[in-house]
Amino acid sequence: MVEAQIRFRDDEPVGDPAVTADSFGDQTNASAVRIEPGDDARALLPHLDRIRLVEVNFPGFGDGRGYSAARILREAGYAGELRAVGDVAVDQLNALRRCGFDAFAPEVPMNPADAERAFATWPDVYQPTTDGRAPIWKLRHG
Amino acid sequence: MYKYDTYDQAMVDARVAEFRDQVHRRLDGSLPEDKFRPLRLMNGLYLQLHAYMLRVAVPYGTLSSAQMRVLGDIADKYDRGYGHFTTRQNIQYNWIKLEDAPDILADLAKVEMHAIQTSGNCIRNISSDQYAGAAADELVDPRPYAELLRQWSSFHPEFSYLPRKFKIAVIASATDRAAMRLHDIGIEIVKNDKGEIGAAFYVGGGMGRTPMIAPCINAFVPLDQLVTYSEACLRVYNRYGRRDNKYKARIKILVHELGKKEYTRQVEAEFAHLLTQGIEPPLAELERIKAQFADPAFESGLTDSVDRSDPDFALWVDRNTAAHRVPGYAIVTISLKPVGGIPGDASADQIRLMADLAKEYAFDELRVTHAQNIVLAHVKKADLHALWTRLDEAGLSTANLDTIGDIIACPGLDYCSLANARSIPVAQKISERFAGREGELGEIKLKISGCINACGHHHAGHIGILGVDRKGVENYQLLLGGSEGADTSLGQITGPGFDEDGIVGAIETATGVYLANKEGEERFLDTYRRIGMAPFKEAIYG
Ligand code: SF4
Repeated sequence: MVEAQIRFRDDEPVGDPAVTADSFGDQTNASAVRIEPGDDARALLPHLDRIRLVEVNFPGFGDGRGYSAARILREAGYAGELRAVGDVAVDQLNALRRCGFDAFAPEVPMNPADAERAFATWPDVYQPTTDGRAPIWKLRHG
Repeated sequence: MYKYDTYDQAMVDARVAEFRDQVHRRLDGSLPEDKFRPLRLMNGLYLQLHAYMLRVAVPYGTLSSAQMRVLGDIADKYDRGYGHFTTRQNIQYNWIKLEDAPDILADLAKVEMHAIQTSGNCIRNISSDQYAGAAADELVDPRPYAELLRQWSSFHPEFSYLPRKFKIAVIASATDRAAMRLHDIGIEIVKNDKGEIGAAFYVGGGMGRTPMIAPCINAFVPLDQLVTYSEACLRVYNRYGRRDNKYKARIKILVHELGKKEYTRQVEAEFAHLLTQGIEPPLAELERIKAQFADPAFESGLTDSVDRSDPDFALWVDRNTAAHRVPGYAIVTISLKPVGGIPGDASADQIRLMADLAKEYAFDELRVTHAQNIVLAHVKKADLHALWTRLDEAGLSTANLDTIGDIIACPGLDYCSLANARSIPVAQKISERFAGREGELGEIKLKISGCINACGHHHAGHIGILGVDRKGVENYQLLLGGSEGADTSLGQITGPGFDEDGIVGAIETATGVYLANKEGEERFLDTYRRIGMAPFKEAIYG
């Protein structure tokens, strides 16, 4: 497990080590899982009731598969912690948060003031996601 | 034309502020270049051979006079007095300083413009038919659909780090003027048997080193599912597009490797899921946008007759105007291809003049074409002579639309750091060599790329030229038989390449073969398709 620098949750962080997506199905007592860019997030859907932490690894920030993985989990109703791990920097925070990440464990710590500004980048948003923000078309048409 | 409301304006203003902060962190050293690079690319800022290049978005190629005027002013204030209109209907400036970039974006934001997503591995500025809203042959104006998708694709949280760049074109007429099937997604607005309007999706086209013509994966997506279907196409690509090799990362490779059937199956499955997520704007949003593309106040009862007594003017009318759907009006294309000029370049003064002329003669609106020209879409035929006179005084009356002089050329080795060869000097030589023979040679689309990335669309030229590097020497391959219209085809290489003079000679020979074999009203492309490559090869190499 990698300690989160930023966390938008009130519950206790999961202390268990995150197991790989491949072995997760067999380890019936595991509650934390780590997925790599090539893993299929949908393979976790049958186990959502026992997962409390999903770490999504970004080995390089330019590989955007983790954004889709996060949305797929949230769209399926996953409510546990979703933690972005690895090559994550302030300039990705806003989009990551919108895709459902609620914890961030960057390999290089971020400047907290920069991070705070990054989360507040957009006054409104064009696309709805599971983060609950009303998209601009909704604001226009009610 | 679409006007921003306070929401759209706030989004663009927020982007300017964000980029100003990023540039600030880059300049003070806290943001390293490798992290800054994708951020500046998403704001259209490239590092070229000699300076930064800024590419400004012209959504679906449509501009107001006020916007065009600002583009001219930026050329003066921050560049060397020129702007370069691109094959993606955008404009780019080749001599930009990094410190100025946030100020330029701020100037643009004042006239509802930006450089968002004109580069980088994200959904690029959406292109469309330059005759939209004016063409006699269109079903509907395609631009409201493009605007709907512009908003959906702007700052999309899931699709900012795609495997590769992603280009979408939207058209609504069977005559494809936007090379729709050579895009990552090409959308054609169509009518079904029941008379309903919907969208046909063509996915997986593209140029580059592996050119492909997009197959149709869904012939009719209802208008109230347009965004959801697009999102499904993109999600499958974001998850499964190749990331191990940047030359195999475009969606065309995914569609090709999976096969159209399997890719379509995955999209349909994702689509079924996304339909449950409520991500589609209501049709009222499309209606709101459509209202802003309402017809200008066309006059009725106008004459269609044009005084053709001035032969230069008559020639320009024949070559550079097209049929408008309203009697008494014409669509005018201003050629940015003067003999011996740089294709797509315009001076700051010329840009401002075109802005003025649009205001006076064309309901305040201009279009950038993917062939790097400018269109005034709604001009009264009675005004054509006055308009032509003003253009002529400014060196903008070249009568060569769709002829051999109307060359598409990428920036090539004069600017581009990826280039193998220069494109611009070759274009200039060809333009000079064939000047005056436009009538004899008829319609010829000639396209030049300075390397295999194909920004000059050489695969889709009736005559295509590809610059390659042969043992450190610039070398040019010749392709024949490409087309980007409704009859899209990919050009074939004739054989060994040529040096700069040799390629001009080879084109001369090829046009000779055409003239000797032409039957009736055949265009170069028609003759080539009928007689095949062999006679051309024989004449060129024999
Ligand atoms: S085709 Fe090659 S040389 Fe031309 S602009 Fe594109 S990358 Fe540069």
